[in-house]
Amino acid sequence: MTGQPHLDIANLRKIYSEVTALDDVSLAVEQGAYVVLLGPSGSGKTTLLSAIGGFIIPTSGRIGIAGKDVTTLAPAHRPTTTLFQDYALFPHMSVASNVGFGLKIRRVRGADYDKRIKGALDMVGLEGYGKRGIHELSGGQRQRVALARALVVEPEILLLDEPLGALDLNLRRQMQDELMDLQRRTGRSFVHVTHDQEEAMALASLIVVMNKGRIEDMGTPKRIYERPATRFTATFMGESTQIAGRISGGQNGVFNVATGIGHLQAVGDAGDGAEVTLILRPENILVGTAGDVGLGQARIREAVFQGAHYRVLASSESGGQDFVLRLPPDARVEQGMQIDLSCQSSRLVAVAR
Amino acid sequence: MRWTQRLGNLVSGFYLTACYIFILLPVAVLILFSFQDGRLPVPPFHGPTLNWYITAISNDRLMAGLGNSLMVGLSSSALSVILGFLAAYGVSRYEFAGKRLLQGIIILPLAVSYLLVGMGLLVTISSLGLGPSLIMVVVGHVVINMPLAFAICLAQLGEHQRKIEWAARDLGASTFRVLTMVTMPMIAPAMIAAFCLCFTLSWDEFIIAFLVTRFDVTLPIVIWTMLRGGLNPQTNAVGSFIFLCSILLLIVVELLLFRKRS
Repeated sequence: MTGQPHLDIANLRKIYSEVTALDDVSLAVEQGAYVVLLGPSGSGKTTLLSAIGGFIIPTSGRIGIAGKDVTTLAPAHRPTTTLFQDYALFPHMSVASNVGFGLKIRRVRGADYDKRIKGALDMVGLEGYGKRGIHELSGGQRQRVALARALVVEPEILLLDEPLGALDLNLRRQMQDELMDLQRRTGRSFVHVTHDQEEAMALASLIVVMNKGRIEDMGTPKRIYERPATRFTATFMGESTQIAGRISGGQNGVFNVATGIGHLQAVGDAGDGAEVTLILRPENILVGTAGDVGLGQARIREAVFQGAHYRVLASSESGGQDFVLRLPPDARVEQGMQIDLSCQSSRLVAVAR
Repeated sequence: MRWTQRLGNLVSGFYLTACYIFILLPVAVLILFSFQDGRLPVPPFHGPTLNWYITAISNDRLMAGLGNSLMVGLSSSALSVILGFLAAYGVSRYEFAGKRLLQGIIILPLAVSYLLVGMGLLVTISSLGLGPSLIMVVVGHVVINMPLAFAICLAQLGEHQRKIEWAARDLGASTFRVLTMVTMPMIAPAMIAAFCLCFTLSWDEFIIAFLVTRFDVTLPIVIWTMLRGGLNPQTNAVGSFIFLCSILLLIVVELLLFRKRS
């Protein structure tokens, strides 16, 4: 591979008469990446996917795939295929004809045609289903047919539009594993849209968090979860305790932050005097004083047993600060109990308020 | 079972039977007296005989009318469905100025009486110097049936079907391929239903056919002419034959199209 990114999106904008759906979106993705576009509904993630697939033409900006400008190309002429949310299988065709549709259009004929259909069906675990009708299949099987249909034409990039939304939890987990496995085996780039942060974490090599038509944050799942760049990302990626404060000096990326529960040391990326919010994940709050940052005393307001742990809500004794934390299932937890809280300064992340 | 319930069942059963008798009795009488061994299709019934069927088949005018009606019905229905489908596809898949207005204009002939359509057509072909002919009946029937075919097709071209067409485009299909390989096969049951409906309406349409034909006429006009000469079991025979054809067509459509789906 040369240094050029496989998918190269530059300054993409899509403006409908009233609404700006995409606002100056730029994104570069290497070949073989599993990109997840993550965001709430209306964040522009589906619009971005549609622009990559060619279903909408952006107002301005550029999309390049494998070194070729495809910004205004019709979907038929792009090296992308899509796994649609409701699968969009051809209801009047057999499984094999569905999978073979793209091959037929590409004038693949005879033995090669049959072989590639068989290969694609084997790949998604549907050996021997070729002659069946679409109506005879379950939801999960339909999804596999849609996957085989999209992958058999060997696209540069596979686009997945909330593909797991309609499946029940167990099947969703199973399909997640299979999608990852397929992506590794085929070595193709996948771009996957979802609003489910757990799904994003399970699948992505690169998470792109979107909000109001902009890219809010972008990075590996670990980085996005542990060191979110913005408050929106932090909130969207899961529960956290949020502590408001103001930066008052610091060095080497470690700041002193004045907050309602005292001066705390935190990491992050902000200037002196800036108003910030400190983000602390539930699992990083320690009971006792083992951490290098003391969070003071708190009283347990509510504790819910969730199997692997207790989810605990607590309020500081001085009032005004709420904490959400996890305690092991064998811990002694009672409402009204007083506990000392602390954490490691490296787990306390400052983001702009 | 409580007696009120039983009474209810009795009343509704009686009502249903009455409905069916009301609808089907005239047809039954028509068929019965097509086998009448006598000159008048009125009680008392004598027979049965197939003489009137033989007379009908050897009646050249009747057979010519049958042929003309078939030609007009098949060609006007085919044209109506093709034009109606294409119009529905355009309206449902593209955004353009004046779309609503255009849709209204396409539907409009449904609200215009057949008499007006026929008269308008007659005036137009006269002013163009064209004579009355079967072709003009085809034109008239396309005018009245195309809106129906349009409406039936449009109802089938929803968002779900649009997504499926997207998938075809996504896999590289041109618009022509999308139409022929995906859209039309996908809504084929509706298109065939539309065709059957158009054919039925064209088959027994009288006013337009009466106004714009002169020498070559369709079956309803032949029958009308015969009826003017008095009741005749021969017309009963033709009517029964047509009824039989309709039933056969219905069974074929039912078996081919709608059984498979369930």
